[in-house]
Parts: sequence; C-alpha cells; structure tokens
Amino acid sequence: MPQFDLSDTPLRELNQALHSVPEGSNDTHFEVINPRGSHSVAVGIDQPLTVEIKGNVGYYCAGMNAEATVTVHGSAGPGVAENMMSGTVIIEGDASQYAGATGRGGLLVIKGNAASRCGISMKGIDIVVHGSIGHMSAFMAQSGHLVVLGDAGEALGDSLYEAKLFVRGEVKSLGADCIEKPMKPEHLEKLAELLERAGVTDVKPEEFRRYGSARKLYNFNIDNADAY
Amino acid sequence: MSYQNPPTKPRHSATFDDYTLSEIRRAAATGIYDIRGGGAKRKVPHFDDLLFLGASISRYPLEGYRERCDTNVVLGWRFAKKPIELKIPITIAGMSFGSLSGQAKEALGRGATLAGTSTTTGDGGMTEEERGHSSILVYQYLPSRYGMNPKDLRRADAIEVVVGQGAKPGGGGMLLGQKISDRVAEMRTLPKGIDQRSACRHPDWTGPDDLEIKINELREITDWEKPIYVKVGGSRPYYDTALAVKSGADVVVLDGMQGGTAATQEVFIENVGLPTLACIRPAVQALQDLGMHRKVQLIVSGGIRSGADVAKALALGADAVSIGTAALVAIGDNDPRWEAEYNALGTTAGAYDDWHEGKDPAGITTQDPELAMRLDPVAAGRRLANYLKVMTLEAQTIARACGKNHVHNLEPEDLCALTIEASAMAQVPLAGTNWIPGKGGL
Repeated sequence: MPQFDLSDTPLRELNQALHSVPEGSNDTHFEVINPRGSHSVAVGIDQPLTVEIKGNVGYYCAGMNAEATVTVHGSAGPGVAENMMSGTVIIEGDASQYAGATGRGGLLVIKGNAASRCGISMKGIDIVVHGSIGHMSAFMAQSGHLVVLGDAGEALGDSLYEAKLFVRGEVKSLGADCIEKPMKPEHLEKLAELLERAGVTDVKPEEFRRYGSARKLYNFNIDNADAY
Repeated sequence: MSYQNPPTKPRHSATFDDYTLSEIRRAAATGIYDIRGGGAKRKVPHFDDLLFLGASISRYPLEGYRERCDTNVVLGWRFAKKPIELKIPITIAGMSFGSLSGQAKEALGRGATLAGTSTTTGDGGMTEEERGHSSILVYQYLPSRYGMNPKDLRRADAIEVVVGQGAKPGGGGMLLGQKISDRVAEMRTLPKGIDQRSACRHPDWTGPDDLEIKINELREITDWEKPIYVKVGGSRPYYDTALAVKSGADVVVLDGMQGGTAATQEVFIENVGLPTLACIRPAVQALQDLGMHRKVQLIVSGGIRSGADVAKALALGADAVSIGTAALVAIGDNDPRWEAEYNALGTTAGAYDDWHEGKDPAGITTQDPELAMRLDPVAAGRRLANYLKVMTLEAQTIARACGKNHVHNLEPEDLCALTIEASAMAQVPLAGTNWIPGKGGL
C-alpha cells in the first residue's frame, strides 16, 4: 500500500500519483499521513481508488472526486468534496463551510458537524451529516439529498430547487421558498437507504422531517418581490 | 394693434425623454424591470476618443505589406506547463450554450480556429459543438457551476475563473424559463421551463485568500498543465488585478461595462461598472507595480469592434483583447436581412437585445431548433474568421505606421486623446498638448 507522508513529501507528488495509477494496478489503496491541514489533498481522482487520510485536512479535500473512496480520519476544512462527481467521501470528524458544494453525485458522509453552507448549490450529491449543520445550508440546491441527524441553522434551503432535505433535529429557520413537505413512503425508503450507506444504524427514517421547494419562485413574479 | 402670442413648439424633457417615459409605462404595466442581453448602450468615453500619432521624423514607420509586424501572443506561461499560443491577440469571449444555440457555438469555434485563436465556454458547460470545432478552448469556472466537471476541465486548454463580468460586476444572471430546452435543463441539472439563476458569487470561496487556494486546487486537479485565467468586471481594476495576481492568476481578463451579457437587468447594464477605456491603465499600473506586466497577461474586453480598438487596447498595455458582441454580429446577429422579423418583435435590426426570450430571428441567441437551423455554422464561421483577420490587419497597419514590428510594441506614447475625459481615463495627453489631467504638463 503506497504511503505518502505530507510532512516531507510535496502535495504535488501525492496528487500526481493518484492521477497516474495505471488501469489494472494492484496499488489502489493509498495512505496519507501527516496532512497537517494541507489544502487540496486527494483532489481530482478519477478512478476507484481508496485513500485513507490520517489527520486533519484544509480546503477542498477530495475536490471533484470521481469513483474513489476517500476517508479523512480527522476534520476537514472548507469545501470538502466540492463538485464531487461520484464515489464516497467520509469525514470522521467535523467539516467546515461549503461541504459538498455543487456536488453532482456520490455520497459525502460527515460523522461530526458541518458548518454553514453545507450542500450549497448541490447538483445531485447525497450528503449525510451525523451531527448538525450551520446556516444557509442547501442554498440554491438543485438536486440530491441532504440528511441531517442533528439540527439545521438559519435559512435552510433558501431559494431551493429540487434537492430533498431531511432533518431529524430542529431547524432554526427555513429560507425563502423552502417548506416542510410530507414524508411519503418513497422518501422513507430513500432515507433508509442513505442512512444505511452512511453507516447510521440507530436512527429510524420516521424520526426525520422533509423539506423541499414550494416552487413559488421558479418563475419571476412581481407579487413575490418580498421573497427575493 | 393686438399682439397674439405665437404658438410654442411642444418641448420634451431632457430628463424624461421618450425612452424614459416608455420605460416608466412598461414598468407600470408589467411589474418587472427590463431584462435584456448585450452591453451598455449609453455613450461613454471609449476608444473612439483616442487617436494614434503615427510616425514622422521622430519615429520611423514600417512599410505596409512588406515589413513584418507580428501579432502572436503567448498566454499563461507563469505557472502552466502548457501555455496558450495564439496567432492573433484577439480571443472570443465566454458565451454560454443555453444563451447561444449549438450552431452559434460551433460557428464561433470554426471561426476562431480558422483565425488561430481561442473560444471560451460560458455559463452552461462545455458542448461537443465547441470542443469539437475549437482548436483552443478556454473553460469557464463560474459561480453557478452549471455543467462543471473535471473531465471537461481536463479537456480544456485553459481555465477561466469568472469572478465577474463587465455588464454586471457583482451581479448574477437570469436565464428565463422560455429558453430552457430539454438539453439546457439537463446540462444545468434543473427542471425544464423554470428561470435559472446564475449566482453572483462562487459558493465555495469568499475572498482573495480563498481564491488563491481555489486556483491551487484547480491546478492540482489538472496537474499544473492549464493556464488559469481570472476574469473580473471592470469596477476596481487596480485592486482586482493586483488580487488576481496575488491569487496566482496566469492571465487577468478585464471586462469593461460595454461588455455584453446574455440577460440581466437594463438598470444594471447601464449603471454599474467602469467604461472599458477607464479600466486598462489602472490594471496595467497594478501589474507594473507588482513587476508582473507582460508576465501575467492582461486580456481586455468590452466593446471591442475594430483593429483600431485592438491596437489602442494593446498600446495602453493589454496583451490581448476579447470580443463577444462583435463576434455575434460577425456570424449574423442583428442582420438587416431579418428586418421584417425584428419588426414583428417590436424592434429593428441593430437594436434587438431580447436574447433571453429565445426568439432570435438570426438563430443565434435561441434554443428554438427551427430558428437555430437558420444559422449555417460553416458559413458563419468563415465570416467570423474574415472579421478577425480584418481586425488583425487593421491593428498591424496602425502598428507599422507607429514604427512597430509587433503589435505588442505599441505604447501609450503612440496615442493622444480627443477629450479631457478620455485623456484622464487613458492617461495619454490631450491632443496637441502634453497635458494629462492630474499629471501637470502644458
């Protein structure tokens, strides 16, 4: 198993190695030690690799990930898994702002809490946060699922499009055009699947509330001006 | 003898002119501000307010059509392993698929390739039409991140991080629902038929320190091969340029207020930002103060129309220019042959700007397949190539007259200004004097 010690190996060498694994290689499991808050660790992977990062990372860890499973055994800085295409990113600790921003696919699991703007402008990614999330999360979120086992901060789902939000705890406030919606059987089924994939075993889908777009702001209308 | 007052001619208000009155009535009737495409239509100091001095005794001209005057430019060699090499210092600005038809994007690619220059994607992602027909393609990384994916990042020849554009510095966009075809909806991950808001700021960074980290992430993803451009709308060009350089940009793209947009509020287009002419010298000054002029390249856009405009922008310190609206006109937008249809839309050829409605008779700013079919991308590409070559020849002609064997050798000393305003903005002397407002002289 290739190991990269970022205390004495440049980040460029790690990312280049992750981008250059030949097809059919047996060396698909990487370990990164001493990340020490480095930015852009394991970004742009485009293969089904497994990357274990032992420690805390800075900005944009696993950015634009495709196919790989990246686990951070620590906390992540802003923009973790931004614009992820597919694969899985797991943060054992907490995540800072804009976790999973603009993500298009794959699964992001945050076992701690996430700060503000979690899932901002998400476009198909599934995000499961074991803890709570900060304000303006899922702002302008287009599609995908955001599951929060804890609480959500202010203005959840502001200007939401078609992303589906599930929150188990309290929501401090909903943003413009975001409303609570009934939990139908298909939602319970999807939620159960997401919880299982995220390793959540002690929580039932029935404990969550669902939020989505009222779709009143989908086409401009001057009578809705107060909401803009 | 009695004296009768002669009738006076009705007098219109200069403040409440006919256009203003019609706008008030339109706003009252519809309850929405005017949204349109294009750039500022108001008259502001522009390149027309500058003149070249040409060579006489103190300068020695080059022979036209005989002595060489080069036009090539290399963009983005500061950090990138694969800089961009263009034959001409004129690029095609970012314009989105969604705003433009697939045929229009193909025509832009064909024309630019024939002329030896680059095209740029837009808010909507990369299409096969433009990747397939553009030998050099710049991929825009926009706040909306519509269509953004790492595969296309790697297929691009350069990446342009769009922070703002000249038509609306600080503003986002709005693509109205009527232009959202199945394909556009799919590319943007949004339902068909709804208004699509393009964010005014990037969702995952909040300032220059974040931008620096973001740029490094993009470099890591693309293995440091692609030049990274940073595009800003002209509003605080000195500081924005300096911060773009500090953030690691290979190229700064600076778009003045005459730069076009697909669709935004008229009040925004006409009232926010700086004229292109006023943007260049502060940006160049920032580069010079940092010792980065000609090391970080400067591309200027916003109302570039002719080889004279190109030459003037280069003389003021730009490395290249970019054209958007002019390129659309070259491929056939607002062409008088569609006059009857423009009239039916309540406008006239040359003034049509309701690009967001998707009814463009020329088949360019539309997603209507029947209208889009009107544009022959091969012929339109040829027209664009002709236009680009003419602009280049014009710029070369002026440069030779100023004694330069490369258009980049043009300099502010080759210019004078016709008005005090232009003199102050461009920092070149008022014609017939050596006076620059704020700098002394006779």
